[in-house]
Amino acid sequence: MTGLAAPRAATGSTPRTRRTRFSEFALETLIRVLGFSTIGFVGLIFLFLLREGLPVFFEVPPGSLFSARWYPTFGIFGTLPLILGSILVTVIAIVIALPLGVATAVFVREAAPRWAREILKPIIEVLAGIPSVVLGFFGMTFVAPLVREVLGAPTGLTAFSGAFILAYMALPTIISVAEDALDSVPKAYRDAGLAMGATKWQTIWRVVVPAARSGILTAVMLGMGRAIGETMAVMMVTGNAAVLPTSLASILQPVRTMTATIAAEMGEVARGSTHYHALFGIGIILFVLTFVINLAAASAIFQKRRKGGLR
Amino acid sequence: MCACLSAVLAAGCTGRSTGNAAATAGAPASATITSIQDTGSDTLLNLALAWAERYMSENPQVRISVTGGGSGTGIASLINGTIQIANASREMSAEEIAQAGKNGILPVKFIVALDAIAVVANPANPVQGLTLQQLSDMYTGKITRWAGVGGENRPVVLLSRESNSGTYVYFLEQVIRLGSSKSTALFSPETLLMPSSQGISAEVEQNPNAIGYDGLGYVTTEQKTIAVARTPAGPYVLPSARTVLDKSYPVSRPLFMYTAGEPTGAVKKYLDWVIGDGQKLVREVGFVPLAGSGG
Repeated sequence: MTGLAAPRAATGSTPRTRRTRFSEFALETLIRVLGFSTIGFVGLIFLFLLREGLPVFFEVPPGSLFSARWYPTFGIFGTLPLILGSILVTVIAIVIALPLGVATAVFVREAAPRWAREILKPIIEVLAGIPSVVLGFFGMTFVAPLVREVLGAPTGLTAFSGAFILAYMALPTIISVAEDALDSVPKAYRDAGLAMGATKWQTIWRVVVPAARSGILTAVMLGMGRAIGETMAVMMVTGNAAVLPTSLASILQPVRTMTATIAAEMGEVARGSTHYHALFGIGIILFVLTFVINLAAASAIFQKRRKGGLR
Repeated sequence: MCACLSAVLAAGCTGRSTGNAAATAGAPASATITSIQDTGSDTLLNLALAWAERYMSENPQVRISVTGGGSGTGIASLINGTIQIANASREMSAEEIAQAGKNGILPVKFIVALDAIAVVANPANPVQGLTLQQLSDMYTGKITRWAGVGGENRPVVLLSRESNSGTYVYFLEQVIRLGSSKSTALFSPETLLMPSSQGISAEVEQNPNAIGYDGLGYVTTEQKTIAVARTPAGPYVLPSARTVLDKSYPVSRPLFMYTAGEPTGAVKKYLDWVIGDGQKLVREVGFVPLAGSGG
């Protein structure tokens, strides 16, 4: 726009220039206002969350707020099983999704022939669009019985079944971000590796993947953010028992996550009650957790930039 | 029951408030649609839907929209004044009535049907009957294997509805606490809280370790109903319309509809129909009609 306006100014058509300048100014202002308002809305949501949730930290003593029993109907608000439940499910989901996601990204970017890549990429994007209710239903009717019969758990509605579904949901995010990271590794690295006599596999595994690791880390962080905030599928598959996960065996036991608790209980609480504040309090804890995860992801990206796109 | 009905031909009211209906009562019925919002108990949901559908086909000028969400949800909406009828599988608590009073709403209770809470297990489970005491011990986590109640040596997987369900509160008070108001027993933390009746039936149908409870209307043929006894000496009774009416089945309860204030107009007409002719539908949906009504 400026490029067009400048020569006209030289020929002396001042009114049109002024109009162009004005519309440019108006557009710029509009875009700036829209941009800032998005940030403003996020801020307002956070303020709302604080206003509704902070009272619980005064109404319930911290000792019992982080105790091991969650019986909101009877005034017992121990959030520890819920926090650990969310973390447990998320961590297992990432443990499952990370190798699968990175391997898929490596295959799509490095090994797959062109036609396969062109089929695979849209399929992965479609994966991301499957509604979580559908995945939850799949988990309830297919994954859960399988977990019970094959792994011998008393019930199939376990942390592991939930994590399995979550891994599936986090995969598209991990794959596409990891693929971008691999894509940004300069061709010179691959050429150098091959020129040194390394096989294709050695080049990928020893050169390309390590060079892209900060991008892969970002992919994992974003996948985690996706997993920890997921509600519907988790509520349908994890069994929702607020048991404190204490040992490795907890993987094959039911858990209750923070998100499922909020979703299941928010409908019934009386506005302004301790239970209501407690649910928003859980929201604050969840917000802080996802914020930390996203911050870690952002700082990984930042480090990558500072070091010139690599390492 | 329907003595004062003839005068109250609600019409010309599309608003949500029953107050409007009262204001226009007596006006001749016109083509204008009256809408009634009916929300609450998931236990009552199928029955409420059946009633609404039949009533709307007979009275096309009335639109009744029925939604579930749990008794707590329905009562909360009634307190907030967003609906005209709240379905509930439990009575409103004193706290809830006080809250409604603060909003200027006086809830009025109607018993609309009776329900038995059936205890269900997988058909592969050999256990036929349980006493209330055994159920309580299982659900508080004192008995953790089926062998403890005469079954196979399998772990017990406890299933329950979410805590916003009226069935949850009723089961806790009448079974886990054995009806004693002094008891402070709670559901074992190991209890799986399922967000829907569907969740319970899905798990019971495929898991031989599971035990669950739900309204009689929700028991499918792929589940086994357990006979329940008050004392170990018996008798062990299966839930049915007959055993609920003669009170021999120990875990049965009334189901309610609450209105905001004495119902008027279309809402009153609807409730009169529900308690009268509507009772014929109750048995079809799997509940027990009120005693003495023709159902």
